[in-house]
Amino acid sequence: MPILWWLRRRSYLLFVAREVSSVFVAWFVVYLLLLVRAVGQGEDSYRRFLDWSANPFVLTLNVVTLIFVVLHAVTWFNLAPKAMVVKVRGRRLPPVFVAAAHFGAWAVVSAVVAWIVLG
Amino acid sequence: MPDRITMQVARYRPENEVEPTMQSYEIPLRKDWAVLDGLNHIKDELDGTLSYRWSCRMGICGSCGMTVNGEPKLTCATFLTDYAPGPVRVEPLHNFPVVRDLVVDITDFMDKLSVVQPWIVRDEEEPPDGEYLQTPEELEDYKKYSMCINCMLCYSACPIYGLNQQFLGPAAIAIAQRYNLDSRDQGAAERSDALAAATGVWDCTFVGECTTACPKGVDPAGAIQRYKLTAATDTLKAFLLPRGGR
Repeated sequence: MPILWWLRRRSYLLFVAREVSSVFVAWFVVYLLLLVRAVGQGEDSYRRFLDWSANPFVLTLNVVTLIFVVLHAVTWFNLAPKAMVVKVRGRRLPPVFVAAAHFGAWAVVSAVVAWIVLG
Repeated sequence: MPDRITMQVARYRPENEVEPTMQSYEIPLRKDWAVLDGLNHIKDELDGTLSYRWSCRMGICGSCGMTVNGEPKLTCATFLTDYAPGPVRVEPLHNFPVVRDLVVDITDFMDKLSVVQPWIVRDEEEPPDGEYLQTPEELEDYKKYSMCINCMLCYSACPIYGLNQQFLGPAAIAIAQRYNLDSRDQGAAERSDALAAATGVWDCTFVGECTTACPKGVDPAGAIQRYKLTAATDTLKAFLLPRGGR
């Protein structure tokens, strides 16, 4: 198989984008840990971290990462019903309910985090 | 609608050549003709040396799978008019070794089918009262996975199988799930070695092309992801409750 097999079809390209998004998710985890460390070391450290984050390269990286992380979450939640077959009283729950539950939980967690950070 | 269409058919005669070649045939374009009808016309009227597999011509035997214009298709279920004005390119099913012309070697798939023990496994031989009883809900649990006709279009569509022939593959796992989810079966533990292996479900990265290619709506991708969840939870349960217990 040719090395660029994944360019042959749109579905392959979307698949590879989805898989590659996990690398960007890993970057956000590292970034979060760096943020926590900066905050932990005091106000000066935090300010320097903010200045560093405003650097165009870091900013661009984070914007691109955000797009990939959203892709990662959306594709994951939309595919979750394929793996999770839930039966309620002998009947299978429609897959859209399982996906909706995932998106719902995401919204709730985001709201809680937003309230903590912004409130 | 034009009344002729060109079919470009892959030829490979191992006794004569090392590489496959393409041969063009111009055939009538009839509204009701499938690609298979085109191949049969070629064989009957134009070139009797063409080799290919087919049988039921109605999408139930799984014999006539080939690559049509780059896509894995049942040639009996793919219509020439959909490709008009053509040409229509017919090649052997991708990801399998070619024996001759459009005929592929399916040994690997046959071996994998037997690995998953695709039959009812019971602790005792005889059913309790002479027959097993099953409710419609229990039938629904596995019915979709029982629709597989072993046509191997899913193996042809799967890029993982294309990259790594060790992968157990969509149809084999779907058929294993057909038995695992069958209320009459008690063999899930016996199948788990093959399924939960690295070359089993875990080689799958959920590209999803197998489900797209399947002509019978089996959804092998779904079957595989469900087993990933089953295998993971079983491993966790075995770790937390080493002496069993439900």
